[in-house]
Amino acid sequence: MKTAITALGRVTLEGLRWLGEAQLLLQEALGDILRGRVRGRETMQQMAVLGFDSLPIVLLTMLSVGMVLALNTARQLAGIGLSEYMGGLVAVSVAREAGPVLTAVVVAARVGSAIAAELGSMKVTEQVDALRSLAVRPVEYLVVPRLVAGVVMLPVLVMLADATGGLGAYLIGVTQGISPEEFIFSVGRFLTMSDLFGGLAKAAVFGFIIAVVACHVGLRTHGGAEGVGRATTSAVVVSIVLVYLTDYPLTWILLSLTVR
Amino acid sequence: MTQGEPAIRLENVVYEIAGRRVLDGVSLRVGRGEIKAVIGLSGSGKTTLLRCVVGLVRPASGAIYLDGVETARLSEARMTAVRRRVGFVFQGAALFDSMNVFDNVAFGPRQHRRAAEDELRRLAHEKLELVGLRDIDELMPSDLSGGMRKRVGIARALAMEPQVMLFDEPTAGLDPITSRAIENLIARLRAELGMTCLVVSHDVEGLFHFVDRAALLYGGRILAAGRPAELRSSEDALVRQFVTGSVEGPIHVV
Repeated sequence: MKTAITALGRVTLEGLRWLGEAQLLLQEALGDILRGRVRGRETMQQMAVLGFDSLPIVLLTMLSVGMVLALNTARQLAGIGLSEYMGGLVAVSVAREAGPVLTAVVVAARVGSAIAAELGSMKVTEQVDALRSLAVRPVEYLVVPRLVAGVVMLPVLVMLADATGGLGAYLIGVTQGISPEEFIFSVGRFLTMSDLFGGLAKAAVFGFIIAVVACHVGLRTHGGAEGVGRATTSAVVVSIVLVYLTDYPLTWILLSLTVR
Repeated sequence: MTQGEPAIRLENVVYEIAGRRVLDGVSLRVGRGEIKAVIGLSGSGKTTLLRCVVGLVRPASGAIYLDGVETARLSEARMTAVRRRVGFVFQGAALFDSMNVFDNVAFGPRQHRRAAEDELRRLAHEKLELVGLRDIDELMPSDLSGGMRKRVGIARALAMEPQVMLFDEPTAGLDPITSRAIENLIARLRAELGMTCLVVSHDVEGLFHFVDRAALLYGGRILAAGRPAELRSSEDALVRQFVTGSVEGPIHVV
């Protein structure tokens, strides 16, 4: 019993410490961004890495999701004679939810893990200390470019993801006897700008979460190669959990902001 | 900044990690333009001492003065500015493994000065030349031998043109000839550029050839300090044992 309480206390303390350090990191990073201390070269590099690395898998995921959603929705709607609305229904689901959330999950797995592994191995091989010894703050040099890249590139990826999801739905729609005109008309009728921009706003928040978690976990790495492995896994798990946790409240806020 | 103020001064520095006192009240002075060595057993806290000086870790208590300015309690942002004047050579070199040799050496000046690319090139070559390396700009750290890596690490620190250099085991794991070359380089840095050097090592014999003074760190405290000759002729059994590298004596390793 006593050991259980001790263990619980230790985990709680460790968790609070994690949060406290995350807050300090965030404070420093946001301070740099507000003061315009954003390194152009490193930021462009990170944007390229983040975008290109995850693009194929994001597009593949969304093509598949668009097709499957279309198939299911078309079946359901055919039963009540409303097949022509399929395009619109799928487009709204993709833009509001599937696009941003699935892209975030894929990017967390693809890029969040890479960031944590890179910063983690820099940490355990003293390269982060080497930066500090050369009078460069790791937050300015390593974290800010990744944070900016995450916030900027996730919405860009989601735009492409949405389009690919729509393409997937369209391909299935035409094979299910829905005419191209019907498909496009229903998308135009159901999908609003606030659906699209709401999804992109979500994406920016998710990009922020993934970058902060991955950088924070990476820079806290200790314990050699094994530590880097642990950091990589925990960056992915923590950022995906946080994406899910923020998704509902974020959706609620965005919906209440929307004037219908 | 008074004339008599040493370049580096530690007063009663205490550092603890996981409940263990690594440094237990260390006081140390390094005069301007002096080469000082801190010797001690492996794990005696020598590296921690150096890391405290540049603020990579912060002591639990005590004071550290660089050019008379107390730094142990400076904010990280202020400490970052102080670090420009202090070069740090890591034991494992800690080169940036995603960059080639040139980008490693040019890293500091590229961050802190608006220098043209050819000026960076010239500066990096000058520093590499100083450590006896040339024509290796495009090589990656993983292509280099341990000794080359260490020398690139020294060149990278020198490229910041610091007033103080801190060396963590500069000759550990190197062949005797390269070791001697690095010792000569440290002596030259002082002679030609007037740099203050603090060298941490367990290689007593190598160090005693070129350092002005040495201090023996044992059990988290400075046990003895003085000129190499004084330490050699010390009456203290512990100091003698360490300086002569004898297994017999008050220090039991195995």
